[in-house]
Amino acid sequence: MIIETDGLRRDFLVGTRLRRRRVVAVRDVTLNVAPGEAVGFLGPNGAGKSTTIKMLTGVLVPTSGSASVCGLDPVRERRELGKRIGVVFGQRSQLWWDLPLEESFDLHGAIHKVPAARYEERLEECVELLDMTSFLRTPVRQLSLGQRMRGEVTAALLHSPELLVLDEPTIGLDLASKERLRSFLSAVNARGEVTLLLTTHDLPDVERLCRRVVVIDHGRVLVDDELSTLRRRFAGNRTLVVELTAPAEALAGLTGVVDVQVEAQGMRQRLAFGAGTSAAELIAEVARRVELRDVTVDEPSIEDLVRTLYASSRPA
Amino acid sequence: MAETVYPRIIASRVRGQLAYPWSFALDVAAQVIGQAFELVTIVVIFTQVTTLGGFTASEVVLIYGLAATAFALTDLAVGQVEELPTFIRTGELDVMLLRPLRALPQLLTADIALKRLGRVVVGVAALGYALASNNIVWSPVTVLVAITAPLLGAVILGSIWVAANALSFWLIDSSEVARGITYGSGFATSYPITVFGPWLRRILCFAVPSAFIAYFPALALLGRPDPLGLPELLRYSAPPVALLCIAAAALVWRSGIRRYQSTGS
Repeated sequence: MIIETDGLRRDFLVGTRLRRRRVVAVRDVTLNVAPGEAVGFLGPNGAGKSTTIKMLTGVLVPTSGSASVCGLDPVRERRELGKRIGVVFGQRSQLWWDLPLEESFDLHGAIHKVPAARYEERLEECVELLDMTSFLRTPVRQLSLGQRMRGEVTAALLHSPELLVLDEPTIGLDLASKERLRSFLSAVNARGEVTLLLTTHDLPDVERLCRRVVVIDHGRVLVDDELSTLRRRFAGNRTLVVELTAPAEALAGLTGVVDVQVEAQGMRQRLAFGAGTSAAELIAEVARRVELRDVTVDEPSIEDLVRTLYASSRPA
Repeated sequence: MAETVYPRIIASRVRGQLAYPWSFALDVAAQVIGQAFELVTIVVIFTQVTTLGGFTASEVVLIYGLAATAFALTDLAVGQVEELPTFIRTGELDVMLLRPLRALPQLLTADIALKRLGRVVVGVAALGYALASNNIVWSPVTVLVAITAPLLGAVILGSIWVAANALSFWLIDSSEVARGITYGSGFATSYPITVFGPWLRRILCFAVPSAFIAYFPALALLGRPDPLGLPELLRYSAPPVALLCIAAAALVWRSGIRRYQSTGS
C-alpha cells in the first residue's frame, strides 16, 4: 500500500484562551491506497480533506491514529517523504514567482537532485504534453492561472514521485485548461508510474481521472467505492434545462422526468430526471413537443452526491 | 547533502534583483543613508560632551562600527525571518515543509535583500575608520578579534532574531514584539553598555547577550580597562556565547515547528 492510515484523527483548539473549544476536523479516517490507483477524495468544504492531506504529507501531526505514506512516517520522515511525493495545491504556488518558469523547474530539479538526463527527459515530455513551449521563459508572476497550473503539475512530477497529491488542481481554470490538465494527468497515471490522490469539487475531474472515490464528511469516511458503483447507487437526478422559442405550459408526462420547474414566464423549463433515463432520448422527446432554442444538462454536483450519501449513510 | 542547492537558490534570488539596476541602486543608497544617520547621532552627541559612559568619540565609533557591521550582516542573512508570520498566514510555510529541505534555510533564502549591502558598507567604513583612529596595539589576538567580532556578532544577533520571530508560532500577532527585540537589541549594541542603568546592563550582558557583539570585543581591541570592572575573560567570550545562542535559537525554532505541526494554521 502506498497510503495506509488507521483511525486518523485530528483535533484543533479554537477560540481565545478564555473560551477555548475543541473542534474535530478529522474524526476517523482509515484509508488504504495501492500503488498506481487514482483516488478521488471528495467531501464538502470543512469535511476534513485538507487536514487529512496535511497529515499524509507530514505538515500536521495527527492527534491520534497512524499514517504511513510510501512506507514512511510522514511527520518523522518528512524530508525523505518530500523526495518521493509531489503535491499540487490549486491555491498556493510552489514556483518562484519572480523567476521564469524554466528556472523554477531547474531549481526544483536541483532541490530534488534529479539526474540531468532524467530531468531533461521528464521536462521535455511535460513541456510537449502540456504545450508549455511558448511561456517557458515567462516569469511565473506573469503567467495566466491555466499556464501556472500546468507549471505546478510539471514541477510536482519532475522528480518522478510515487504519489501525486492534488488539492483542487482545476479550481478557477477555464474549460479548455481543465480538460488539458485532466488528459495529461490521466495519461501519466495510466502508465502506472504514479498514484493519484485528488481532491476537487469538480465532478468531471473525478469522472475523467478516478476509478475509485472516497467521500468524507464531518471527518469520517462515508463511502469508499468504485465511481461507477457509487453513481449507480447514489447519484441524484440530472436536470435538463430547455430554453424555448415561445412560452409553454409545464411539460407534463415526459418519460423518466420526476420534477418540472417553469422559469422566465415559461421560456425556460428545468426537467429533473433519474439515472435510468437517457438525456438524448429525453431531448428528442421534448423536441417533438416544443420548439427548442437551446438545451443544457446539469450534472448533480458533488455536494448533491455527498448530501444523498450522507442522508443514506445515517442509521435508519 | 541537500544543502548544496542553497547557492543556486541564493543566486536565483540575486539575479531577480539585479534585473532592475536603477531601483536596486536607489535602494542601496537609501539603506546607506538610513544607517549613516545613526552615526550622525553619535557625532551630534559628541559636540556636547567629550566622553560618553567613559568612552571617547573614536572609541564609541569603534563600538558603533562593530555593532553596525554585525547588524547589517544579520539583516542581510537572516532579515527574511521577519516574514515568518506572512509565510504562516499564506500557507507558504506548508509548501516549504513539503520540500525535502529544512524549513528555516528555505525561509531565510526565500528572499535575499541585496539592498541591505548598503548597511554593510556603512558599518565596515565606520569600523575601518575607528580601527585606524584608535591606538590599537596590533597583535595576532587583536587582529583575530577585529575580524571575527562582526561575524560572531552577526551569529549572536541572528540567533536572537530567529528565536524572537519564532514566537509567532505561539502568538498570533507577535511581530511587534519580535521587532522590538531585534531592532532594540541592534540599537542597544551601538553604544557602550555603561550608558545604561545597571538592570538594563545586566539584561544586555546575560539575557540578550548583545554586549558580546560590540562592547566586549571593543574593550579587547582597545586594551583598556572596563569602567565596570567586569572580568577580562568576557572580552574573548564571543565564540562560546555565539555557540550557546545558536543552540538556544535552534531549540526555540524546532519546538516552534513542532508546535506548528501540532496546532496547524
